[in-house]
Amino acid sequence: MKRRNFLDIFFGGSLLATIAAFVYPVVRYVLPSKRTAVIQNSVAAAKVGELPPNAAKVFKFGSAPAVLINTAEGKLVALSAICTHLTCTVRYDGETGTLFCPCHNGRFDLNGTVLSGPPPRPLETYAVEISGPDIIVTRKS
Amino acid sequence: MAKKIGQSVWKFLDERFLLSGLIAFGKKKTVPEHRHSFWYFFGGICLFLTGIQIATGAMLLLYYTPHIDAAHESVLFIMSGVKFGWLIRSVHSWTANILIGLLFIHMFSTFFLKAYRKPRELTWVTGFLLLVLFMAFGFSGYLLPWNELSYFATRVGTDIAGSLPFIGKALKTIILGGSEVSQATLSRFFWFHVALLPLAALALIGIHIYLVQTLGMSKPIGERGKKDIPFFPDFLYKDALGWTLMLVLVGVLCVFLPWEIGTKADSLAPTPLGIKPEWYFTFMFTTLKIIPARILSIEGEKLAILGFMTGGMLWMLVPFLDRRAEREKLSPLFTWVGLALAAYIVVMTILTYTLPKL
Repeated sequence: MKRRNFLDIFFGGSLLATIAAFVYPVVRYVLPSKRTAVIQNSVAAAKVGELPPNAAKVFKFGSAPAVLINTAEGKLVALSAICTHLTCTVRYDGETGTLFCPCHNGRFDLNGTVLSGPPPRPLETYAVEISGPDIIVTRKS
Repeated sequence: MAKKIGQSVWKFLDERFLLSGLIAFGKKKTVPEHRHSFWYFFGGICLFLTGIQIATGAMLLLYYTPHIDAAHESVLFIMSGVKFGWLIRSVHSWTANILIGLLFIHMFSTFFLKAYRKPRELTWVTGFLLLVLFMAFGFSGYLLPWNELSYFATRVGTDIAGSLPFIGKALKTIILGGSEVSQATLSRFFWFHVALLPLAALALIGIHIYLVQTLGMSKPIGERGKKDIPFFPDFLYKDALGWTLMLVLVGVLCVFLPWEIGTKADSLAPTPLGIKPEWYFTFMFTTLKIIPARILSIEGEKLAILGFMTGGMLWMLVPFLDRRAEREKLSPLFTWVGLALAAYIVVMTILTYTLPKL
């Protein structure tokens, strides 16, 4: 190898390494650090008697919102409150007994099934049981 | 005496900044005048409004706190506790909306006049990128008051970014600073809004203006008139009239319709009824609303997003696609495409407000 070629590669490589030494920390600084998501399998969503018939409550399940509904017939059901379309939080519509997403007018029944609108998948449903004074919501899988 | 001092000051500055050369350039510069030259003024007005945004944005930084427990309160304080705070914030918000509207007008007027044709292709590309940047300014600034509407708009908007093929998930995580809208998101949006986007916008505006200055303003195809008017003072005076009218419009809007604050965001509250994004995103918002859940076994939402991206890319590359305009020939196909696009944006935007239950 000629001395000139060697020097070109040496200085060119040094320059690239120097640029990389500046860019790498900047890129790593901008990328968010990975946090392990804590998966919560059950939560005390409400107290017994807290919800009147045909009413709902949004509660935090892990890091996401979920909804507990006391139907007009007095049955307790719980579902994920995150619309499967574009992640807005759904709201309970007492008149129709359905869950409605105001962002793009998606509608679900209380089994999570899509009734109308653009949501591509059903809402995840959770098991509900009463333990002493608490209503406990548990993931099914 | 005063004249002598003035002359000395001028001489001092001229020797250091070479101002005579700049004035000579300004005197020599002309602008073509014809029946469509009215549309030239929109570029200057957009630049003027950008200046207002920089000034009022810098002033808002004095009291705004980018923290989820304090952001909304700090905006409340600006609106009610700081003298003329309501005015500065309202000017910033109103001007942002007017600016984006005028950028759309500026873009469509240059499109229909085919001002993008050779050698001004890059003026068009930088202009289009500036519109995208200003929409990003709007999107990032919208979250800063940390209210219900902006919180859910951010969730929807970033989820759209998240559904892009291949890079979606990583992009969403980088924008949000995690997997959901949180303090990290507010910090990032603040950073985008006051550091990253302004730097990018200043660089692009610099290139855009440099190109306009060096290449001059484009004449429409077939315009044979040779009439030119001096840039200084004739064109600049007319431009200044446009700026003054804008100042009056912004002032009137701020006094009679101060910008609202909204309710503080609550991550556990259901999405408020009647939610919609800022008006300039509503044509995409309504498309996502009416598109079927699945089209040929592909999720409708993903198809729509891909459609918007491809459409945007083709729109940016129009100068390289419109070969007839490049040869100074009329290109009615492109005019019709532009008209269809403008009609689509206008109709979808009107539908958002007139038929919210669509």
